[in-house]
Amino acid sequence: MHAEGSLTEFRAEIRSWLEQNCPQEMRDGRITDDAICWGGKNWVFSSDAQRLWLERAAARGLTVPRWPSEYGGAGLSRAEEKIFLEEMERINARPPLKSFGISMLGPALLHFGTPEQKGHYLPQIARGEIRWCQGYSEPGAGSDLASVQTRGEDKGDHWLVNGQKIWTSYADKADWIFALVRTDRDAPKHKGISFLLIDMEDPGVTTRPIRLISGASPFCETFFDNVQVPKDRIVGEENRGWDVAKYLLTHEREMISSGGTGLSGGRALGAVMAQMAGEPSLQDPTLRAAAIRCELDALATGLTIERYKDMAEAGNGVGDASAMLKYVGTELNKRRHELIMSACGSDALEWDGPAGSRAADWLRTKANSIEGGTSEVMLTIVARRILGLPGA
Amino acid sequence: MEKLVKSQDETMLADSARGFLDDAAPVSALRHLRDAGRTHDPDLWQRICGMGWAGVLIPEDAGGSDMGHAAAGMLAHEMGRTLVNSPFLSSAVIAATALRQVADARAMDAMAAIAAGRTTYALAIDETHKFAPEATAMTAGRSGNGFRLSGTKRFVIDGGFADRILVLARAAEGLTLFDLPADRAGMDRTALNLIDGRDAARITFGNVEATGDDVLGQVGDAMAVLKPALEAGQAALAAEMSGLAAGAFDMTVGYLKERKQFGRPIGSFQALQHRAAHLWCEIEVTASAVLNAGRVLDGNPGEAALAVSLAKARATSTAQLAVMEGVQMHGGIGMTDEYDMGFYMKRARVGAEWLGDYGYHAEQVAALRGI
Repeated sequence: MHAEGSLTEFRAEIRSWLEQNCPQEMRDGRITDDAICWGGKNWVFSSDAQRLWLERAAARGLTVPRWPSEYGGAGLSRAEEKIFLEEMERINARPPLKSFGISMLGPALLHFGTPEQKGHYLPQIARGEIRWCQGYSEPGAGSDLASVQTRGEDKGDHWLVNGQKIWTSYADKADWIFALVRTDRDAPKHKGISFLLIDMEDPGVTTRPIRLISGASPFCETFFDNVQVPKDRIVGEENRGWDVAKYLLTHEREMISSGGTGLSGGRALGAVMAQMAGEPSLQDPTLRAAAIRCELDALATGLTIERYKDMAEAGNGVGDASAMLKYVGTELNKRRHELIMSACGSDALEWDGPAGSRAADWLRTKANSIEGGTSEVMLTIVARRILGLPGA
Repeated sequence: MEKLVKSQDETMLADSARGFLDDAAPVSALRHLRDAGRTHDPDLWQRICGMGWAGVLIPEDAGGSDMGHAAAGMLAHEMGRTLVNSPFLSSAVIAATALRQVADARAMDAMAAIAAGRTTYALAIDETHKFAPEATAMTAGRSGNGFRLSGTKRFVIDGGFADRILVLARAAEGLTLFDLPADRAGMDRTALNLIDGRDAARITFGNVEATGDDVLGQVGDAMAVLKPALEAGQAALAAEMSGLAAGAFDMTVGYLKERKQFGRPIGSFQALQHRAAHLWCEIEVTASAVLNAGRVLDGNPGEAALAVSLAKARATSTAQLAVMEGVQMHGGIGMTDEYDMGFYMKRARVGAEWLGDYGYHAEQVAALRGI
């Protein structure tokens, strides 16, 4: 807990640090996937400024502000992190680094990893040196995630992994994959899964991008053909990978949930829509009414994410309620983009028109309520685990 | 700002409130009152005052506990849960907050009387079917050193039994707030029986005499006093409606678990599970807006308009969803008077209109957010 005074000091300190260290080119408020550095062995920096920004932030632990400093973080409290993010937003700074290592694997490693695993992987994630992808879904295991068939045979000092993953985001760009692999075929389906870390350069790993309706290919198919995975690359216990997977999913869902609330840098959706449409204010009363309703819901959803973070810090993890945050946040994001498309009218229909990537952004949001667990799966989690409604 | 979680003290307050109300004012109390043809229960109000709740927003030197708006919201939430019929919002929240803006010796006495349960207040503001304080037409014409008030006020919640009436009128200098005894000559009160079983009056002012002493705050500057009072009332009403939604929801989920059709509990059907889960999400999102409004009123009261309107708008839509889903998921029994869901539905409709409906508060948010 921090006294108000020390938080005020912290704000002044972080403000002046940002002033001195965040390059001007990184203060353009661009927070879309294509503008942000994702790191990794093969990352090509879009500019010197992007490289500098990553190096400086990593040296200060600010790519992962809440992680302990021994693993490359800044050891900030939640209140301090909030101030850091506010100060970043104040100068429209891009995040220095974004990655699934930070948002998904890192929290799972912090919770389930061995000291060796933490000491090895976490600092590399914090410095943006390795890029991870997530090997969860399979052609036959979507909403029914625990029915994964990719199997790992015990060969003494390693597992021999064979199978196929799908919807592995950015697998073609990733250095490593964290994957759910069936290591006991006789156990009930939740009990025979292990959580393995696999080097994408290992012999037998191949990927193929999937072209989506947005024209982009952020997702891939990933194939494992007799891949040897050493035994020290398991997170958590053998056959207990489902616990790790669920823990990680709560973080993933929290991450996805915030997409709909902070897109416009604190500005109201209706104002952004009018600007995009080139109107002084929204002229269509029906559209304006929908924008206002969406604004109310976005403000309240943002507060809900804050409230759950406060609750998590007070000792009650977000847990199953991440399903609620994910459901509410992603459905909201889809609404926002439908409204933006309506406001822009035919301007938004050209792939490379004056409205830029509107259409691609709009189409991308359709995946929000599918990836990381569909809205329907989220509602079922709420109904069963939170409300205690009976199974069929 | 304080965090968006209940402090230990607040948790204790809410828990003790729930324990008290489950005993003293369950929904059946409202039913008994209605069946007896009454719209107000003075004994219950005295017991509530005995708990110290009437002083939640009143300074300690006027006999209050001064616990703030977030705490008032938690009490209102619990009262919403069991549909408590009391003048808590009119007296302990709206009138107390108005008087507190003035805080001279007379206002302190008036607050002490509210906290002790000796005086109840009602706010007379609406003149048409919708909340629009700025459009107030009732006149306060000059008459010697004083005023003469003429016009009609509608939907004066608790106005049928309140001891005193806060009334908004238009003087030559602008909107002016008067604090009048309810038996002042020329005030014609008609107590009306609302759908939610509570009291609301129509009050006609026929050249009612008022002096300068009857003015709360400054002549022509009602909003300095009234705006904080309205915001406090709107935030507490939002909290009450979030409690109402939670109460209706608990009943509904209980029914889903217990009612069997086709040989299994209806709560095992995915169609109903998803509706219930969606409703729970809406209730959680609204709870955040409601707690935030209380926190902002306590921490930064001059800048609370956005937070308050957000809370009232969200609470209105969530409460309405909760009661509609409640009746639908109960099926036929939800339509019967014997079952309590109807009480929730009627109170939600009254709460939706009081102190500004969804559209009113959505427009406030839109204006503040530049839409």
